[in-house]
Amino acid sequence: MKNRILALSLGSLLAGPAFAQEPSQPFAAYEEKLPGTDFTFKMVPIPAGEVTLGSPAGEKGRNTDEGPQKKVKINAFWMSAYEVTFEQYDVYSDPEKDKTPIPDGMTRPSPPYIDLTLGMGKVGGYPANSMSQYGALMYCKWLYAKTGVFYRLPTEAEWEYACRAGATTAYPFGNNAAQLKEYAWYAGNSDNKYHKVGELKPNAWGLYDMLGNVAEWTLDQYDEQYLSHAAENDPWIKPTSKTPRTIKGGNYRDEAVALRSASRLKSDPNWNRRDPQIPKSYWWNADAPFVGFRLVRPQQQPSKEEAERFFEEVVDQYKGAR
Amino acid sequence: MQQEELNQFHGKSRRDFVKESSLLAGGLLTMPMLSQANFFSGAGDVIKIALIGCGGRGTGAAVQALSTKENVQLVAMADAFADRLNNSYNDIKGEVGDKPGKLNVKEEHKFVGFDAYQKAIALADVVILATPPGFRPVHFEEAIKQGKHVFMEKPVATDPAGIKKVLEAAEVAKSKKLNVVVGLQRRYQTSYRELYKRFQDGIIGDIVSMQVWWNQGALWVKPRKPEYTEMEYQMRNWYYFNWLCGDHIVEQHIHNIDVGNWFMNDYPVTAVGMGGRAVRTGKEFGEIYDHHYVEYRYGNGVVMNSQCRHWKDADSRVDEEIVGVKGRMIMDKGVIKDHKGKVLYQFDRKNENQPYQAEHDELFAAIAKGEYKFHDAERAAKTTLTAIIGRLATYSGQTIAFDKALNSGLNLQPAKYAFDAAPPIVPDAQGNYAYAKPGITRYFS
Repeated sequence: MKNRILALSLGSLLAGPAFAQEPSQPFAAYEEKLPGTDFTFKMVPIPAGEVTLGSPAGEKGRNTDEGPQKKVKINAFWMSAYEVTFEQYDVYSDPEKDKTPIPDGMTRPSPPYIDLTLGMGKVGGYPANSMSQYGALMYCKWLYAKTGVFYRLPTEAEWEYACRAGATTAYPFGNNAAQLKEYAWYAGNSDNKYHKVGELKPNAWGLYDMLGNVAEWTLDQYDEQYLSHAAENDPWIKPTSKTPRTIKGGNYRDEAVALRSASRLKSDPNWNRRDPQIPKSYWWNADAPFVGFRLVRPQQQPSKEEAERFFEEVVDQYKGAR
Repeated sequence: MQQEELNQFHGKSRRDFVKESSLLAGGLLTMPMLSQANFFSGAGDVIKIALIGCGGRGTGAAVQALSTKENVQLVAMADAFADRLNNSYNDIKGEVGDKPGKLNVKEEHKFVGFDAYQKAIALADVVILATPPGFRPVHFEEAIKQGKHVFMEKPVATDPAGIKKVLEAAEVAKSKKLNVVVGLQRRYQTSYRELYKRFQDGIIGDIVSMQVWWNQGALWVKPRKPEYTEMEYQMRNWYYFNWLCGDHIVEQHIHNIDVGNWFMNDYPVTAVGMGGRAVRTGKEFGEIYDHHYVEYRYGNGVVMNSQCRHWKDADSRVDEEIVGVKGRMIMDKGVIKDHKGKVLYQFDRKNENQPYQAEHDELFAAIAKGEYKFHDAERAAKTTLTAIIGRLATYSGQTIAFDKALNSGLNLQPAKYAFDAAPPIVPDAQGNYAYAKPGITRYFS
């Protein structure tokens, strides 16, 4: 079993260029309606290209896990312009809100033991928060079942590439942290809570709240030596256990340095320490209100079999990943 | 937070097991040996625990007990249902499986049924009581009778008759020097303790009023199966029946009410309020309300306004606000402000502990040292009664006096605990359960 998994090329799981269906969607921004609702989410094209991951030795606030810098190639994908919102995620969480349920059903998140939005807001476009990485990936799986389009979390490399949008500086807009407040909700301006998505300026590629607001799950197992281990094409540290995962972007509680494009956060089982039950919830982190996610759609869509294999090997096998 | 299978985290154990036991109880004893309280003096002694009530919270509490620094071993389990017990056993194994001597429950020490608790208690030094709260008085009384230390979950009863029983057993526990910790874990939480210290130092002066909340969304429901007797159905959906749960004002909101009582160092004299079933109206929600608003009045005139609700998609808040002459404390934010809004103190979240673990760490450290330190039962019983009079007030529309309720003898328990016995409330022909109506429902008349 294990050998079979390792023998798979990452490419086939992530983008499947060898077997992919022809992309029918023109490579341009589009809006997708969440089936059975009035909610839409906007996807923007991120062209294929190169990016230097990590930070130079002299970057202020740099951590050792941000080096040595590495140049990698990234295939084309769409990324959601905004973080997935509470209302969108709730259509998945709450069977009463899902007016077009998938016929054979699908596991939905169990209701959290306490309200994990902590009163920061639910209605009108606030980001979804507090879900485990598994909860974020299951939303992607549900979306695939509903739309036929393969959505997933971004890899760490895709995330950083999209965030930098061509910039090699500490932040996508340069090195001056004083400008951060125009682009990001962080300790300096957030009033210690998340805000509605898209209220501030986007980066050069039209992505809002990449920095700050809620930090964002990626598809990668966290690896201290990520940059030494990263492949040259579409690097991805494939999960080998349920935790930890890499989180990018910093959040509304963070100081400016944690919002640098190269900054990496390692998920922590402590983020669920207030969950008093055993078994602990697969779906939620009771103490990580600062984590959310956004979607990626690889331009080269995997075949049905490949997509199913991805969900089996990356999601179902690590049920409860956090 | 339910699930069907094992949760296998890697490296999840909070602590490596410190010492191997020198007295591994590997089936050497055929007769259960009753340990005496304060028997523990040396580090080599195993502290044997029994888990009574194997749901998610009980399983969590057992794992926390097994995660303390002391030499704790689970030797017996009891639940009304075999499936719950077996899931719990597997979950505990998944959590502590790599720790030698932590899990030592023989097949014949897995007890199922309404009377399972007695046999499990007999095998242990410390018992964890985590069944639905309706059973707590009987289980607590038995544990103390058998001379055991106790960790029990809140609330400690669902009716005044149960409160009386707990208060009586609490006195016996004191005389026997048996440690009793109750899972009102805010009292064991660093941020709350830090704010309480500053309150005692007079930072906000005397209390003038308090506001407490547990406003949240919906909870679980377990579908009825044709093979269920009515008793089994209610046991599996215990949250929606008062003899088992006490309504959510008692089962959950007690946490926030307890904070009010803690800071007042007193219990309210009267309760008056309102509540009902606004959105959660279906038969699957049994007889409990979906909202309560209660004005509690203390002997010195201070009012605690308490609100709790289970309204899906409404605003949520679980918190306490304590207003003093000189300022206010907002507990969930760990902040103290003066009346102009200036921050006088802000607790640093980085210093927060895991209160569910702390209560076990402190309890088992005391037991291992042979100390008598914890006597939570009396105040937990009085705080539970505080929540109960809130329910009686919202159900009836009457003003309910604490003392009168305590001595009322009001008892919700069934005549007989058995799966073929009738529960104290049964549905009508359409499957609906009668629920309280203010002005019609009356107490102590």
